[in-house]
Amino acid sequence: MSDSTVVGLHHEEQHHPELLHHFAEPQQQRDAASLGMWIFLATEVMFFGGLFCAYLIYRRLYFGDFGAASSSIKAGLGAANTAVLICSSLTVVLAIWGAQIGRRSLMIGSLVLTMLFGLTFLGIKGVEYKEKFDEHHVPGASFSFDHVPIPGHPDQYANPRHAQIFFSLYFIMTGLHALHMIIGLGLFAWLLFMARKGRFTPEYYTPLDVGGLYWHFVDIVWIYLFPLLYLIDRHP
Amino acid sequence: MSEHSKSSPLKTYLAVWGSLLLGTFITYKVAFIDLGRFNAAVALTIATIKALIVALFFMHLRHAHEKLLKLVVISTIFFLFILLVLSMADYGTRTWS
Repeated sequence: MSDSTVVGLHHEEQHHPELLHHFAEPQQQRDAASLGMWIFLATEVMFFGGLFCAYLIYRRLYFGDFGAASSSIKAGLGAANTAVLICSSLTVVLAIWGAQIGRRSLMIGSLVLTMLFGLTFLGIKGVEYKEKFDEHHVPGASFSFDHVPIPGHPDQYANPRHAQIFFSLYFIMTGLHALHMIIGLGLFAWLLFMARKGRFTPEYYTPLDVGGLYWHFVDIVWIYLFPLLYLIDRHP
Repeated sequence: MSEHSKSSPLKTYLAVWGSLLLGTFITYKVAFIDLGRFNAAVALTIATIKALIVALFFMHLRHAHEKLLKLVVISTIFFLFILLVLSMADYGTRTWS
């Protein structure tokens, strides 16, 4: 270990400026960053997992009522949002690939596209929420769900109390997901800012890697949310 | 991370992207066909395949060599499995005398 009072170059060996001194080599540093993000994603899986567990239990208990409630949200919008997020995951890996091969325009263009897809997702979500608000399907004092037939049993009406449970879960799960999207947009705005400053090179693009992992996780959560919430009982 | 070739990723990424979109389309269309109890199974199976290819290819798990990373990912799935399966088993068997 060198003992130097001079600020700046005091290294015995030359190494990449991004290599922090508690790591032996750049690959180890990259692995540590990736491991750290995956451990965080493990906590996020349990975070959403609890909500999925509650959802599955209530759906099993009140299947017919949940089917009726689910049929009142637009499956087409949900499918469109799924496609939007899938495209955004592609642009994320393209941005990282752009950094890996030193193609700055690909990297920056892909980051911008990712954010545009994310904003589109939130826009469609806003349209859905507005529709639910107008139909009085937001849980609370003005909730109403009267005389809605259960799919497959046109002579039976859904229990409004059970339908309200569906909508509570719908808003909490998609709301928490949307919050994660917003945080992701903030992260990517910062990544875009750093990318434009020329911070990322083929040797160092770890923030892109780590931000990408987060974004793909948010995509995976939606991949499960879509069929569970939107497609319970759609066949006539 | 820098071990795999630089030219093949694009084909893989586009193939994964196409499969994801196709899976979404199939899920949507099949939901409108009456398969009884199997509607949920089909939808969740396709969703799991989609999640797997995102994790393996987009999140680069396919090329991960570090054993500790694989341990973290597998234990995550394992603990989620315990949460969902044991909770559902609890409620699912409450009517058994």
